[in-house]
Amino acid sequence: MATMTMAKALNAALADAMLDDERVVVFGEDVGQLGGVFRITDGLQARFGDKRCFDTPLAEAGIVGFAVGLAMSGLRPVVEMQFDAFSYPAFEQIASHVAKLRNRTRGALSVPIVIRVPYAGGIGGVEHHCDSSEAYYAHTPGLKVVTPATVEDAYSLLREAIADPDPVVFMEPKKLYFSSAEAELPARTAPFGTAVVRRAGADATLVAYGPAVPVALEAAEAAREEGWDLEVVDVRSIVPFDDATVTASVRRTGRCVVIQEAQGFAGVGAEIAARVQERCFHALHAPVLRVSGLDIPYPAPMLEHTHLPSVDRVLDTVARLQWDDQPDARWVAA
Amino acid sequence: MTTTPQAVRRASPRTRRPATPAVPDPSDGLLPRTEPVRLLDPDGTPLPPRDDYPEPPVEALREMYRRMVVGRRFDIQATALTKQGRLAVYPSSRGQEACQVGAVLALRDTDWVFPTYRESMALTARGIDPVEVLTLLRGDWHCGYDPAQRHTAPQCTPLATQCVHAAGLAYGESYQGRDTVALAFIGDGATSEGDFHEGVNFAAVFKAPVVYFVQNNKYAISVPLSRQTAAPSLAYKGVGYGVPSEQVDGNDPVAVLAVLNRAVEHARSGKGPFLVEAHTYRMEPHTNADDATRYRDAEEVEAWRDRDPVARLETYLRARGVLDDAAVAAIADEAEAYAAELRDRMNAQPTVDPLSLFEHVYAEPTPQLVEQREQVRAELAAARDEEGDA
Repeated sequence: MATMTMAKALNAALADAMLDDERVVVFGEDVGQLGGVFRITDGLQARFGDKRCFDTPLAEAGIVGFAVGLAMSGLRPVVEMQFDAFSYPAFEQIASHVAKLRNRTRGALSVPIVIRVPYAGGIGGVEHHCDSSEAYYAHTPGLKVVTPATVEDAYSLLREAIADPDPVVFMEPKKLYFSSAEAELPARTAPFGTAVVRRAGADATLVAYGPAVPVALEAAEAAREEGWDLEVVDVRSIVPFDDATVTASVRRTGRCVVIQEAQGFAGVGAEIAARVQERCFHALHAPVLRVSGLDIPYPAPMLEHTHLPSVDRVLDTVARLQWDDQPDARWVAA
Repeated sequence: MTTTPQAVRRASPRTRRPATPAVPDPSDGLLPRTEPVRLLDPDGTPLPPRDDYPEPPVEALREMYRRMVVGRRFDIQATALTKQGRLAVYPSSRGQEACQVGAVLALRDTDWVFPTYRESMALTARGIDPVEVLTLLRGDWHCGYDPAQRHTAPQCTPLATQCVHAAGLAYGESYQGRDTVALAFIGDGATSEGDFHEGVNFAAVFKAPVVYFVQNNKYAISVPLSRQTAAPSLAYKGVGYGVPSEQVDGNDPVAVLAVLNRAVEHARSGKGPFLVEAHTYRMEPHTNADDATRYRDAEEVEAWRDRDPVARLETYLRARGVLDDAAVAAIADEAEAYAAELRDRMNAQPTVDPLSLFEHVYAEPTPQLVEQREQVRAELAAARDEEGDA
């Protein structure tokens, strides 16, 4: 075991995948000599050569479209979108080709591409650098969407993404890049399609993913003082989604709060909340509630704390889970 | 370093200088000719041969003629099938036969084609079953043929996006030691899309063996070329990316094949991409659903009828003595038989399976898709039971 950052684990996952499979190529903006603006590809070009890890022209649609062609030729491209909001020019390539090529060709062509997207905020980034864009991808059939919240998951999920026969949008929470933990590589954690209970509890379930997981864990710890024993489920794999683990937890606890950093309207949290109430209605003691970012463009660094789900906001929401079996005052008509 | 009197003398204005500057023109070899390459007059009379674009072998031209005649008949049949409700929609390429067939003949079977929705004729000319080619336009959900086996990408509807795929495929092939060339079809309107520029640029930077083949048929649905670009010609778009380019008379089959042969050879020899603009004309509306009289007049269409590529090649091959009445009739019969078989096969109602919609979304369906498939399966069973009761 060694202490390492999530950034280091991601870097190791790329290196190990390149070592194991010579079809794996890594490219994007500044990923070569520089090693990426977050250093996730640090040292790969020096180690594997500039044919395996290379810089491209500064054009995101080009990067993803180029990856489609490379995948058609039999390679396994791993591309980096430098920042969440910079990936929007590539959206047509992602939605119309990456996601659909297998389907349109009845499996004759597949595009096992990994699109790495550093996402979300909490790092004091200026505009266009902190979007939570996972819902766009999760809403697109044909894509898998995963997001790690722990160091070992970062390694394992990225290895699995590169080996997966389908295209994977790999969402990397920027604010967790330099969080560290004890980890032993090569780690193999639970596979795609599996949510994990990070903290067992009996009174309510907090469902979170990516950057919201540490917030949920901290809130669960703080809730002990209030007398609430909270369970925390880390979604990890947004698509495919693990209904079984989430609903099993909520059936046990009878209460559920879904936490995401992204703006709330029509987001992944809304989907999870809907699925939980569809499947757990008779086990619920309270409506499923959500804590999310506000429905505003990602705010300036000096104001981002207002936007981001906080421990206090989570606890305030947990308090509204009808512990006294009374209707939520907020929704009672005046 | 001190300046010697001798050096001063050498640099003096009296020193003889070459008439042209010593600095090479960086665009040299990249810019297209100012006039489209042409090897046949519109009436089929051969023009003087040229060294830069040698005429293709006459057997290739005869084969080109055969495929153009069959291709045109296919196109007419497909248009007719839309009127009979057998096809949901059909974008015709009538008038563009030289381009459709020339592109295919310039390539090997192992080369890759990246077609748009207007390339049905090119795909049948490549030997792909016409019923497979028309699968999507018939209203089914998949591209019909096996792209991996045919080295032909699915017909691409999102404009210009295939330009980047061609760059990636071609680079990936050369990366793995294969000498595959990729040819990306694109229309005049789509050269305004960002992905055209990103594709050409990526291909150039990575020296990918790609031929970008612009069929400038003068209209993007209704919008004329003057609304797409202020460039002297679309072929001029290559120079900005360091890509050599050429314009060709797209209704001159001999010139189209000659120019594409050179473009493919350029790409295959490791010199990177090549851009060809073919000046041609879409004789039919954009699709059967379009009304072209709203944006172009009959005289314009008639003028292009005089530049018909099929008649032009026929005249030339007859003059060369490699095509006679009997051969023309035999090819016409072949085209009729091809169309008749297509008509018969398209008249049979295709079987579609709603449950197949869940296949190939992912390599393995997600639990959510399995649930939805079971729901549809139950709905279908209930509907069958109701039919049985009725």
